[in-house]
Amino acid sequence: MEMVNIKINGQSLSVPSNYTVLEAARSANIEIPTLCYLKDISKTGSCRMCIVEVVGARNLQAACVYPVSEGMEVLTNTKKVRDARRINLELLLSNHDRKCLTCDRNQKCELQKLADDLGVNTITYEGERNVYDVDEVSPSIVRDNNKCVLCRRCVSACKTIQTVSVIDATERGFKTTIASPFNKSLGEVPCVNCGQCIVACPTGALREKDNTDEVWAALNDPEKYVVVQTAPAVRAGLGEEFGMPIGTAVTGKMAAALRRMGFDGVFDTDTGADLTIMEEGTEFINRLKNGGKLPLITSCSPGWIKFCEHNFPDFLDNLSSCKSPHQMFGAILKTYYADKMGIDPKSMFVVSVMPCVAKKFESSRPEMEVDSLRDVDAVISTRELAKMIKESGILFNKLPDEKFDRPFEEASGAGVIFGATGGVMEAALRTVVEVMEGKSLDRLDFDAVRGTDGIKEATLNVAGTDVKVAVVSGLGNARKLLNDIREGKADYHFVEVMACPGGCVTGGGQPIVDSQTRMDVDVKALRAAALYNEDKNLPIRKSHENPDIKLLYSEFLQEPGSHKAHELLHTHYTKRPKF
Amino acid sequence: MEKNTIPFNGTKEQEEKLKSVIAEHKGQEGAVIPVLHKAQEIYGYLPIEVQEMISEGLDVPLAEIYGIVTFYTQFSINPKGKYQIGICLGTACYVKGSGDILEKVKEILGIDVGECTPDGLFSIDATRCIGACGLAPVMTINDDVYGRLVVDDVADIIKKYQQ
Repeated sequence: MEMVNIKINGQSLSVPSNYTVLEAARSANIEIPTLCYLKDISKTGSCRMCIVEVVGARNLQAACVYPVSEGMEVLTNTKKVRDARRINLELLLSNHDRKCLTCDRNQKCELQKLADDLGVNTITYEGERNVYDVDEVSPSIVRDNNKCVLCRRCVSACKTIQTVSVIDATERGFKTTIASPFNKSLGEVPCVNCGQCIVACPTGALREKDNTDEVWAALNDPEKYVVVQTAPAVRAGLGEEFGMPIGTAVTGKMAAALRRMGFDGVFDTDTGADLTIMEEGTEFINRLKNGGKLPLITSCSPGWIKFCEHNFPDFLDNLSSCKSPHQMFGAILKTYYADKMGIDPKSMFVVSVMPCVAKKFESSRPEMEVDSLRDVDAVISTRELAKMIKESGILFNKLPDEKFDRPFEEASGAGVIFGATGGVMEAALRTVVEVMEGKSLDRLDFDAVRGTDGIKEATLNVAGTDVKVAVVSGLGNARKLLNDIREGKADYHFVEVMACPGGCVTGGGQPIVDSQTRMDVDVKALRAAALYNEDKNLPIRKSHENPDIKLLYSEFLQEPGSHKAHELLHTHYTKRPKF
Repeated sequence: MEKNTIPFNGTKEQEEKLKSVIAEHKGQEGAVIPVLHKAQEIYGYLPIEVQEMISEGLDVPLAEIYGIVTFYTQFSINPKGKYQIGICLGTACYVKGSGDILEKVKEILGIDVGECTPDGLFSIDATRCIGACGLAPVMTINDDVYGRLVVDDVADIIKKYQQ
């Protein structure tokens, strides 16, 4: 890479010639405030927070989009710069619903932090303010345009990264809002509920639908037997809400916290993931051997499922009929477990803690029930769990490490890695290859499907057959891959799709990482490493060797793909309109 | 929700015309705006049904198309009425009280600027100076001009067109 010599605040630097002023400053540990900029997602130079003086340039320049050049001199912290930034921020704040105390993002808001950092102690401009109705129709996402700063980070996440494209800037000037076509609610358009807009939003304009009240009510109801399950990715994110570094696994503390909150049973969705592998692996082997519809495409990600239903209805038969792990596990808890414990399943309340807000929609799908009993009664995100733990007065960081409850104490490492892109494929391969070859694998790590790349491919020889697999994360990548398959440019036997870039670890329900931190670290990789590390250290790393799962089949389900399994663990899909 | 003032009743001929316009522009950079112009010529306005056809045809997200349509004032998502009412909000008319005239018209018809009554009879536009400042405040209904208005005149004028 060609380097150029520049000076920032008098400090001489040599930086790659394709850097922006913002990147150059960041590399020298000089902080420039940003708002509309979000690394790899949004770079519009529109909010004017990152303006700097470039010697010789006529006006202040936006550092996030201004390229460096040889001999350039930049000043990031002059009075002129500071005054201009503060005026811009005060103008933004003048049209902002400044109810910080009761805001979902209180103390986690980039706008609030900017006001603090830039020393805003009064709003000079008390002008007209736009007032909007809060959109609460969607079961997953709430949009409150009163908190919107029009940075368009959500638009970019939705349109450019996910290619879902259900929101955009509408109207102009002071009337500009981010909205769906014809001002429809997010619940009325082909939004897939992935929540990538939420984690891109710098303020409280986007948040998950809060379901904590239902969970509190169940916990306080002496008639209810309340059980909880936590998805693999939750353990890789939850610690951040309590000040731990990104990528800290908090499995044991999480189980301890849930027990102290009063849940009657504390379980791991990894068990459900192991069950998914048994069912999906069997489905794959059957389709491969008996000329079934291929590629088989995974069905764990509800954002992906809804995306497929709206945009690729011709692929619905390719989707695995398996319910997602937490739905499967919910169904097992209300049958096998309830029976084992002598509990009336009607009094059982199943809570899923998920890194995902699409799971809220998924659990409300009419087909997600058996004999009028809902598989899962409430879904809360990792963020909502953190709030509940804080409200419970639990000092999370000081908790001991505890285990999950019997009879699902053990889950395999294969279940743990479900939370990262490539994890479901690797978990499936560990089982499929052993079953097809009839012998144990020497090495369990399938490196070709690991890593944070958006599209990964591999060909494996399994029992004499070349099996072509692909792994995609991010719906823009899924769209590309499916278009290639549709046009005959690519063909595979088995495809894993996760709606969120990086997989569930960076799902829409995970702790929000601010834009400044995202410039320095790869959140996807750090959180995924926490899961792969947990997998590496577990005694059981293959779903089919999980003793609890073996017992579940021998005592209850008989065998993968059995009639009983189909009744409880499988589902179907619906074509949905494109608009 | 946007008020749905009048049901869409596009014809097969209009759809064929739009399809050929889309085919002509498909794949070109910046195709959306010329197609929207032509579509508005064909249908008179750009309702959701037309925007969906354009989105599908050009493979451009509906949200983006809607964003463009609402950004530019030339584009209308509502049809024009049989009688198009224009209220001049130019400086002279405005200081002579055309704002109050506009409010009265909106109140009588129950629609906002840019909208059309459900019976398709009236639509309202707020116009810039129409060059009849001597008659301020001025309202036009199709080619008829009404000047030196007071708020109390409005109801009788509209009544004439309702018959």
